[in-house]
Amino acid sequence: MNRLWLSTYFPQTFTLAATLLLTSCSGNWGWYVVSPRTSTGRTNLLFLLDGLQWTVLMSITAISISVILGLLIALPGLSKQRALLISNRTYVELVRAVPILVLILWVYYGLPQIAEISISVFWAGVIALAVSDSAFQAEIFRAGVQSINRGQYEAAQSLSLSYMDTMRFVILPQAIKRILPALGNQLVYMLKMSSLVSVIGMQELTRRANELVVTEYRPLEIYTVLILEYLALILIVSAGVRWLERRMRADERV
Amino acid sequence: MSADSIIRLEAVSKWFGDFQALDNVSITIRTGEKLVVCGPSGSGKSTMIRCINRLERHESGKIIVDGTELNDNRRNIQAIRQEVGMVFQQFNLFPHLTVLENLTLGPLRARGLSKDEAEDRARQYLKRVHIPEQSNKYPSQLSGGQQQRVAIARSLCMEPRIMLFDEPTSALDPEMIAEVLDVMIELADTGITMVCVTHEMGFAERVADTMLFMDKGQVVEMAPPDQFFSKPKSERCRRFLKQILHH
Repeated sequence: MNRLWLSTYFPQTFTLAATLLLTSCSGNWGWYVVSPRTSTGRTNLLFLLDGLQWTVLMSITAISISVILGLLIALPGLSKQRALLISNRTYVELVRAVPILVLILWVYYGLPQIAEISISVFWAGVIALAVSDSAFQAEIFRAGVQSINRGQYEAAQSLSLSYMDTMRFVILPQAIKRILPALGNQLVYMLKMSSLVSVIGMQELTRRANELVVTEYRPLEIYTVLILEYLALILIVSAGVRWLERRMRADERV
Repeated sequence: MSADSIIRLEAVSKWFGDFQALDNVSITIRTGEKLVVCGPSGSGKSTMIRCINRLERHESGKIIVDGTELNDNRRNIQAIRQEVGMVFQQFNLFPHLTVLENLTLGPLRARGLSKDEAEDRARQYLKRVHIPEQSNKYPSQLSGGQQQRVAIARSLCMEPRIMLFDEPTSALDPEMIAEVLDVMIELADTGITMVCVTHEMGFAERVADTMLFMDKGQVVEMAPPDQFFSKPKSERCRRFLKQILHH
């Protein structure tokens, strides 16, 4: 397993490290801004890392909502009834057509005006990310459910299981196993897209980096650290998804 | 119509687009009767038995199962499916559930049994199909013959009054056919009503009360097995029997 991990991630980590080493010799780099050896560097680093919790919290909350929302939207898309089908298509096409950044701005600045609610930066970000992602989740679920053999429905029907029980105990468990890689992809995508919420002032990783750049004026180093932060996060997520896939597959094989 | 008829089809027709799968099919099956259905592929035999538990919707005519008419009423459909078990050519076991979970799902969710009752019942039927020791395995860990026997046990766990078999041995390797047929023969001895689509004529001769030959969506011949095999009335049936018995 360790060897697999190495062979998967070593090339890209190596390339990145080599690039950093080589270019840092050229004299254009000023690593002191984020150096753990100076007190300013340490303060700066901690300031950057402090955004991590918000990036993670926001992404996880958003993906949890979007998975549930996506499933609820996918179900009418699997129906044979025209009205249900149309409602599914309308939602998916409409939401998919809105850029995430635009949706974030709309939810944060626009929504309070029509709904007369005050909305925190965090929840504006979560709602925008979740809604935007739910359209993609719905399509993933739909494809997953449709990939399940018709015989599975027929067997469930012949046991006189209800529609809800058929979905819950027979179809969805199999569909989710199949779409796990795609769900993992969406989680990675969500982590990256959460950087956009920085535009409305969310103190997550990207916002922190932006603010530090303004005071320190070392964009190269600070944004490089930012890239490494995202890289570390996403490698952890990928490893987690792989582990989950292996575990779920282990159920069925000897 | 005799009082003890458990399944009645009256002038049932069904189309798939332009193709007429069932053409005015009328049959009556008595309680406890073993009916074996045969015919060339595309003759409508699978469609016919799939109509009996509403996996296919018939378009005209009348189907009455155990006193309840099959129509668009969900409650009727569910009531009938409770009494009708089905075994499929491709087994259709739930691959993500263990054998035991496959067997208990129906009784737990549709029959309202407790977990203990459902598991007791599952073990009892696994014994009946001769695989009591496999209950914690997943379907993919079993041979085809074992999988089909699990599928039979899964249906029996619902304690249906009628069992439908849709070519239960057609997807099996030859050496596994016998173990499935043996289980079916034992099942026939219990007095349950059986409707079997199969080309296993040895099995048919042994258990069938009635043979049914279909072609082009129509019932061509319906007779007791001795008469059916020795002197079929129609030319089509004679030709079909000659083909499947002499190769």
